[in-house]
Amino acid sequence: MSALLRVEDLRVRVDARRGTSFPVDGISFEIGRGETLGLVGESGSGKSLTAMAIIRLLPTRAVRMAGGRILFGDQDMSGIGAKGMRGIRGNRIGTIFQEPMTALNPAFTVGFQLREPLRRHRGLGRKAADDRARELLEMVGIERSAQVASSYPHHLSGGMRQRVMIAMAMSCEPDLLIADEPTTALDVTTQAQILDLILQLQQTHGTAVLLVTHDLGVVAESCERVVVMRHGKILETGGVREIFHAPQHAYTRALLDSMPSRNVGKRRLPTLPEEVFG
Amino acid sequence: MSALLSVRGLVKEYPQRGGRRGEIFRAIDGVDFDLREGSTLAIVGESGSGKSTTGRCVLRLTEPTSGSVTYDGLDLLGLDADRMRAQRAHMQIVFQDTYASLDPRWTVGRLLAEPLRLRERLTPGQQRTRVGEMLELVGLEAEHADRYPHEFSGGQRQRIGIARALMLKPRLVVCDEPVSALDVSVQAQVLNLMKDLQDELGLSYLFISHDIAVVEFMADDVIVMNKGRVVESGVCAQVLADPKDPYTRALLAAVPVPDPDALEDRAMRRAVIEAGLAAPVGGDVESAR
Repeated sequence: MSALLRVEDLRVRVDARRGTSFPVDGISFEIGRGETLGLVGESGSGKSLTAMAIIRLLPTRAVRMAGGRILFGDQDMSGIGAKGMRGIRGNRIGTIFQEPMTALNPAFTVGFQLREPLRRHRGLGRKAADDRARELLEMVGIERSAQVASSYPHHLSGGMRQRVMIAMAMSCEPDLLIADEPTTALDVTTQAQILDLILQLQQTHGTAVLLVTHDLGVVAESCERVVVMRHGKILETGGVREIFHAPQHAYTRALLDSMPSRNVGKRRLPTLPEEVFG
Repeated sequence: MSALLSVRGLVKEYPQRGGRRGEIFRAIDGVDFDLREGSTLAIVGESGSGKSTTGRCVLRLTEPTSGSVTYDGLDLLGLDADRMRAQRAHMQIVFQDTYASLDPRWTVGRLLAEPLRLRERLTPGQQRTRVGEMLELVGLEAEHADRYPHEFSGGQRQRIGIARALMLKPRLVVCDEPVSALDVSVQAQVLNLMKDLQDELGLSYLFISHDIAVVEFMADDVIVMNKGRVVESGVCAQVLADPKDPYTRALLAAVPVPDPDALEDRAMRRAVIEAGLAAPVGGDVESAR
């Protein structure tokens, strides 16, 4: 299987007053077509910066890609200009973030924001875009699609907003969906429904998913392969069963062992040898 | 073991947002529970369940509309402001967000000494000793008193939050999502610390959390809240092993398990979650079976 996305020796550099650092420090991995890959790590691991580097949305000028290659299909993404990137983002790569309110524009209706990429990337007319927007809302399980399309983001609950964002991300039927902590801000019952929805869409459309998360439970139930990151480096990569049943790296083992759900009825949670967690 | 804290029929009403005059919204609606001395009672629920409001009402940080709160035989809601203030020394709160709860302009030493300064007549030297002892008790160092909150990691800041709550030697500590902002590895350290402190000091915890796994590890007893009501309560291990209320079942079914082989039937789970969310709140448990 040829890789859909290949990240080779990626480095992200941050220049701050206190000096230069590499929060992503030479990582390589790939995602096959239609595959779900979990990129898991604690805060400061560099997992989100990796996702941002792929879609070239690193936060400021002080944070930039400082080495390595990102291949999308057989295209080297470094050769694509800003305009070309706009043609890829939202079109061939869809994105979902933790906080939908930062990604949705409060000044426009949900319907408008759904129609916009369809008109831009797919050249649909107003009526066709409108029909497609309603169809997308229904696809993500929103029943009163007309009503939701005419409302503003702040009128909707957190779960509904996340559904809208998924509808937007899926609107142009991307090859790759990058989901950065898509359910972290949601209640657990909503989280289960949203994860279900992402996996359903993945199966029906054959979309590959890069799921960035700190939550090992979420990874266990939705990913086929897992990349474990820490301090900007990859510690191990493997199939989801290997990672959970036979982790190779001491950090992965310690992380799994310290989860409360694996220690019910025990007096204490195992805490990490200092040399592992530091 | 007797109840340190007894709550009966607790109600908090707010004016309905965007509603007509006189319309009210019940954030919590008739909450009952008992917290046994030296034990942990968890309040578990999702956003909007009223779990945090319940915690705040118990301490009268938010004034409840009606009901009763009895602490060590004393009717808290009947106390005037001065007597309530005197009681607060025995009951403290730990918050989730240490950025909001620890003043960034104060040193850790000043933050921790503040309750002593207000309540106890101690010399600066005595205060400093007490602060140093407390920092060591929560796994930090006495020298840390001279630093500012931002110089610490998230886990260390929560240790400081716990230290401040314990300065006046309370018997009851309300913990409102104390580890929700922390990484898993750090969360384990803070939970262990809280258990150790409970054993050592005989603390009673009212432990508010959305995280079932954390609750299962920490709590002796549990109440499950949904839309302001208690839908199920009992011994934690029993409730979680054999949930009776459809909402509790949905909540448990939805928790992701860190085992790729655990989730066998997604369709079944979907059905349990949908049924639980659609069920009438606090419906008759027997008829729901």
